[in-house]
Amino acid sequence: MQYIPQLLFVALCFAAIYFFAKKAGEIKRNILLGREEDLSGNSSQRWKNVLLLALGQKKMFKNPLVAFMHFIIYAGFIIINIEVLEIVLDGIWGTHRLFAAPLGNVYSWLINAFEFLAVSVIIVCVVFLIRRNVIRIKRFTSKDLNGWPKSDANYILITEIILMSLFLTMNACDTSQTFFFSSFFKPAFNGVSEHGLELTERTCWWLHIIGIFAFLNYLPYSKHLHIILAFPNAYYARLQPQGQMNNMQEIQKEVLYAMQPELAPTNAEAQVPPKKFGAKDVFDLSWKNLLDAYSCTECGRCTASCPANITGKVLSPRAIMMKTRDRLEEVGKIINTNGSFTDDQKTLLRDHITEEELRACTTCNACVEACPVSISPLDIILQMRRYLIMEESNAPQEWNSTFSNIENNFAPWKFAPDDRDLWAKEI
Amino acid sequence: MKVNTMAEWMANGEAPEILFWVGCAGSFDARAQKITKAFATILNAVGIKYAILGKEEACTGDPARRAGNEFLFQMMAYNNIQILNGYGIKKIVTTCPHCFNTLKNEYPELGGHYEVIHHTTLLQQLIDEGKIKLKEGGTFKGKKISYHDSCYLGRANQIYEAPRKVLEALDAELIEMKRCRSNGLCCGAGGAQMFKEDEPGNKRINIERTEEALSTGASVIASACPFCNTMMSDGVKNKEKENQVQVLDIAELIAASLA
Repeated sequence: MQYIPQLLFVALCFAAIYFFAKKAGEIKRNILLGREEDLSGNSSQRWKNVLLLALGQKKMFKNPLVAFMHFIIYAGFIIINIEVLEIVLDGIWGTHRLFAAPLGNVYSWLINAFEFLAVSVIIVCVVFLIRRNVIRIKRFTSKDLNGWPKSDANYILITEIILMSLFLTMNACDTSQTFFFSSFFKPAFNGVSEHGLELTERTCWWLHIIGIFAFLNYLPYSKHLHIILAFPNAYYARLQPQGQMNNMQEIQKEVLYAMQPELAPTNAEAQVPPKKFGAKDVFDLSWKNLLDAYSCTECGRCTASCPANITGKVLSPRAIMMKTRDRLEEVGKIINTNGSFTDDQKTLLRDHITEEELRACTTCNACVEACPVSISPLDIILQMRRYLIMEESNAPQEWNSTFSNIENNFAPWKFAPDDRDLWAKEI
Repeated sequence: MKVNTMAEWMANGEAPEILFWVGCAGSFDARAQKITKAFATILNAVGIKYAILGKEEACTGDPARRAGNEFLFQMMAYNNIQILNGYGIKKIVTTCPHCFNTLKNEYPELGGHYEVIHHTTLLQQLIDEGKIKLKEGGTFKGKKISYHDSCYLGRANQIYEAPRKVLEALDAELIEMKRCRSNGLCCGAGGAQMFKEDEPGNKRINIERTEEALSTGASVIASACPFCNTMMSDGVKNKEKENQVQVLDIAELIAASLA
């Protein structure tokens, strides 16, 4: 009988890890549906980005107050997980505060520090809830977040508050130890019997760890996945200057062979035409674009800095990322059901992202610069523009004239090429 | 003043120090031609041996590539690189951040390797070296100037200081807009937007940016890109402020202040 809680706990652990690993596997599979892109090499620069951008949250500090509050939640979340280690071991061995005896004074110092973080996290979560729901900061009231995304954000904050409150209540009811912050809650339990206290302590202990396991399994469905994916995303962040567009070697070669036919390969194998130019669906994007989509926290710093969005155009870089993830999840569900992808008559282009959105982009890189977790919405936009032009010859009339001017007059406007240096005669 | 082409330098059996890549706007657009002439005047005054490609220059392909037309970009790049490599060009200066970005970042992968600098960087160097001498108490001394960051110079290539250093040399009062440097707001021209109508919205981007620039109270809006210049000039006209506020390229400000 006495082993039942332990067995239950171990079963719970396994279930939580199993289901999380399963979903994580699906996400990895979905990301790898993307096209190859070689982002190896430069590992020292890449680790530096992990340290600065992911661990150090460098870009968040453009707004120091918000960055500070975010850092508290983040540090609280990570550091309090050390306590989870003890909780898990206690759960397995059926012990109570396994680390207390061996650590001695250090233990109460540690738990006091965790309690301080727990209280800070609760305060910041309340502030964040107020920012989202009462002050209604613009990037949180945008229609991008209508429905599930808005609830998602609130659920996360509320869960954090509940978890931290359980942790504090659990400590307050512990008759074996007294800690600084939770001792303030002790009066609330005056008059409760020894047994009642123990029962409350146990209940909070279980709810707390069940809550953590539930949260772990909620993560992959939530925007909150960034707490994990921000790290690989920072590692694989593009290192070239932001202004540099990725080269399309297949087209470079075609142009080269057209100009210098003697260089063209003669064997038939090398002449297999490339499958598609640009991106119409998630399969055409690179795996990094898809990792970007799963890493997005929907914070909206990109959209808040986007000149097109600021002036009322439909383009929202955040929505580009959210729609890419939505489409990828849609594709993932089909694979889960059928074992492989079967055409569902839908694509990222048009079913999710419209031409009007793509056409509004000025390629100014404000969204890329703004993103705290190294996402490039611009890269997706440009690949989809390539599809529109090169696969569908779909361009606004003015752009078609621009193209024909560049091709025939060597300038985007219809001037005589011979007049190119006319200015030099007027000095 | 005679501006020699590469072909003319070669015919004389000489090699210039640097190629001035003029760009399409600088070559054809009436407003941008003034920037080109101002920069050529400075190069001349300093005595730098420079060349232009003249009729052999062609669009770098930047707007085509950003609109999505990679074929056209690759064609333009191929032809330009043939010409540049044919002349054995080593160093290029350009007054256009879009040309700058393409020549510097995108041509190397296609076989065009050059040292490419933007004119604001060159102007800063020349001022630092004392080769550009400015009038004491020049035209812009004490004037309020606000510098508008070009996206393709700033975020795209991390050049924020050079244009500001040049402006400081004018003894002007530099006033920053709220959205400046890496947070700078686009003028609305990039990504081939220059060549088409805006998508539906409630405001033009250049108006949003011009309002911000005007709110600083500056009498000169300084630009470092011919397209930004056009956009900001249009914005100032739209606000009927063209009599109070000038939109001038960094090269024009320096050319007007040469000793």
